[in-house]
Amino acid sequence: MPDSPLLAVKAIDSFYGDFQALFGVSLTIEADQVIAVIGANGAGKSTLLKSIAGLMHPHSGEIVFDGAPTTQAPAFDVLQRGIALVPEGRRLFPSLTVEENLLIGGQSRRPGPWTLARVYELFPVLAERRQLPAPALSGGQQQMAAIGRALMTNPRLLLCDEISLGLAPIVVHDIYARMPQIIAEGSSLIIVEQDIMQALRAASHVYCLQEGRISLQGPARELTRERILAAYFGV
Amino acid sequence: MSRVEHATLSSSVGIALIGVTLLVLAFAPYWGDRQTLRLLAEIFTFVALASLWNLLAGYAGLVSVGQQAYVGLGGYLLFMLTIFLDVHPIAAIASAGLIGALVAIPVAGLIFRLRGAYFAIGTWVVAEVFRLLASQISVLGGGSGISLPVSVVLAMAPTRQMREFETYWLALALTVIVLGAIVALLRSRHGLALTAIRDNELAAQSNGIDVGRTKLFVYVLTAFGTSMIGALIFLQKLRISPDTAFSVNDWTAFVIFITVIGGIGRIEGPIIGTIIFFVLRQTLSDLGSLYLLMMGAVAIVVMLWAPKGLWGLIAERFNWQALPLRRHLVLKKETAGKP
Amino acid sequence: MQWFNIILQGVLIGGLYAMFAAGLSLIFGVMRLVNIAHGDLIVLAAYIALVVTQELGLNPLTSLLLVAPAMAIIGYALQRGLLNRTLGDDLLPPLLVTFGLSIIIQNGLLQLFTADSRKLQAGPIEVEAFQLMPGVWIGILPLIQFIVAVTVIAGLQILFYRTALGRAFRATSDDQSTAQLMGLDTRHVFAVAMALSLAVIAIAGVFLAIRANFDPAIGPARLIFGFEAVIIGGLGSMWGTLAGGIILGVSQAIGAQIDPGWQLLAGHIMFLAVLAVRPQGLFPKVSG
Repeated sequence: MPDSPLLAVKAIDSFYGDFQALFGVSLTIEADQVIAVIGANGAGKSTLLKSIAGLMHPHSGEIVFDGAPTTQAPAFDVLQRGIALVPEGRRLFPSLTVEENLLIGGQSRRPGPWTLARVYELFPVLAERRQLPAPALSGGQQQMAAIGRALMTNPRLLLCDEISLGLAPIVVHDIYARMPQIIAEGSSLIIVEQDIMQALRAASHVYCLQEGRISLQGPARELTRERILAAYFGV
Repeated sequence: MSRVEHATLSSSVGIALIGVTLLVLAFAPYWGDRQTLRLLAEIFTFVALASLWNLLAGYAGLVSVGQQAYVGLGGYLLFMLTIFLDVHPIAAIASAGLIGALVAIPVAGLIFRLRGAYFAIGTWVVAEVFRLLASQISVLGGGSGISLPVSVVLAMAPTRQMREFETYWLALALTVIVLGAIVALLRSRHGLALTAIRDNELAAQSNGIDVGRTKLFVYVLTAFGTSMIGALIFLQKLRISPDTAFSVNDWTAFVIFITVIGGIGRIEGPIIGTIIFFVLRQTLSDLGSLYLLMMGAVAIVVMLWAPKGLWGLIAERFNWQALPLRRHLVLKKETAGKP
Repeated sequence: MQWFNIILQGVLIGGLYAMFAAGLSLIFGVMRLVNIAHGDLIVLAAYIALVVTQELGLNPLTSLLLVAPAMAIIGYALQRGLLNRTLGDDLLPPLLVTFGLSIIIQNGLLQLFTADSRKLQAGPIEVEAFQLMPGVWIGILPLIQFIVAVTVIAGLQILFYRTALGRAFRATSDDQSTAQLMGLDTRHVFAVAMALSLAVIAIAGVFLAIRANFDPAIGPARLIFGFEAVIIGGLGSMWGTLAGGIILGVSQAIGAQIDPGWQLLAGHIMFLAVLAVRPQGLFPKVSG
């Protein structure tokens, strides 16, 4: 077991143009861990994931993954190092079929357990629809495809941005039920969720963001409802 | 009562300077020699052409690489009207403008079906069609072109010197009219619509601006101005041929480079750009195609690293405007007891 | 029978027009860029072939082995070094930069090679023909060129829809930022697309140079033919582009038969007619 964490985000400030979205945010995650980031709309959750994934670059602070800094690395480079983001809204490629979407993930050629066959084992419904164009799938199926696509890159750290958004509870439950298998194959997870109960069930550690700042963090078991609500709304 | 004002300190200074310059230019035939007059007339033509192209591309978002269609059309109309219908050259220039505007309407009907860069190439195709049609008109010399008959030349004025003065003043007057019309347009409600379209077309549309109609209006207006300028250009040259009339290099490439370097989307841009262009040309002497090559390279560099052009850089840095075009709200305090 | 011959000639040259169009279409499909210098790059390829054939004594068709890779490298460098900087929401930069490039290439070639007309000599193959049926002759070279055109277009189709590179093209075209998230270096993807486009341009340029006289100024006309073929055929469809090229070629051939001065006009009129009556083109692909 390495001493240093898998990912260490150290006091980053991220901006959209002139608008500051993150203020000195720090976060760590160990190998095989699942952490959740919760917060209201606009709190900065997606910004945090985008900064880790390399779509955005913080103006100050550091991001260190597996011992090496990735703060200013471009997204495709971050992916090669082993961090994959399942973006908010799924964002499957509409011109590609389901299988082609998965194969795009595979083009990164990172070594690991995830293959097309393994992904179809995890999400059998995708195998049935593999030749369909991606937009033809239902919301839940698209979410599975988006996760599968990211898994095909064999990430050591998988970032999931609001995968429950717009989906029926039973579908959300179905997807979250696969998380243990994903972790078993060697990925750590950071999940961003608006559904607090789901986040607390899935993660061992929780961070709460409020207007760009970490307002609460700790093991999921130890956080009381009152403390979470207070941190969520900034009361 | 609050109201919208356009002027700022810099624009008042600008207006004053422009006024003085115009006065000096109006008297040029008395202090300048023939070469100077010709050069000045050439400068005026380019300022006008570039300003019209700027209106189309920088304000209405219609990037045309085919405005030479109207330059050539105006030129050929001038020859046709003066030679076959005995119209006086000055009246012919005005008529060329009107007819050019009328032609622009069905042309727009066709090419407005294309978007973005495809629209641009579409304008080029139209210019090519005009060029090929012109080569087919044998009474105007077909592919080799024709010279303006002596009778028409004399109709302008009896002596060479008077003709030179007349064409000079025509060029100056036409340029002032074109620029004045552009300024008036931009200060009007149409101008506000144009600025909205330039900034964000979708937002403009959802705010009730009839984008299609506004663009058509600007396209036709630009054709009107460009055709008149074209007529004047070939009145000066005294000779026309399809290749010179519809030349991309002469009437589009330089115009685009001038506007890009001077500053797209601002009315001062083409003026600054034309001055730079001619200063460079005079100092470096006319190296022909090498010059064109250099201008192209400079335009690319400007487009990538200073997309607002030279005037854009200056204006933003010092918050200047040379002409009163900006709109700012002036709030007036209410005096006690009065509505 | 004479009309059959004319239409046949039109079909064959339509293949060349389709090749002009294919490169244009490819770039627009992948990165929404319309390269105004496209035609001038075709002419550039012709001049490179001229130099190669003169210096190395190669047959023009053989020279392609050098010209195509050379153009591909130029394309990669051009995209990576210059054109990638123009991509974005604003439509002015790519348009004006490629227009500037067009002027630069034209005048650069003018400085290097003068305005003299040139032609590549391919030998006896240029005049060989065989008789398909009584009264109908097909030139060997036009036929080869047509077959090559169809092969190139078929090849591009296969590339786009059956290979990993094609997947990368389509994904990047759909959603640049998500493509980056999935590990695709979009700067590289765009540059490869441009390299491919210029390789196709090389083939088209060499065939053009064998077939007819060329000089630095003929670029824009080739751009227009390619553009017209794309619009007539319909955006988004490679086979539509082939059809568009053929229709353009046939229109020009018919026009030339009526009056030699009407050759080009007939093509433009066909283009304008399609634009007026069916602006989406004759075989548009339903875009996703």
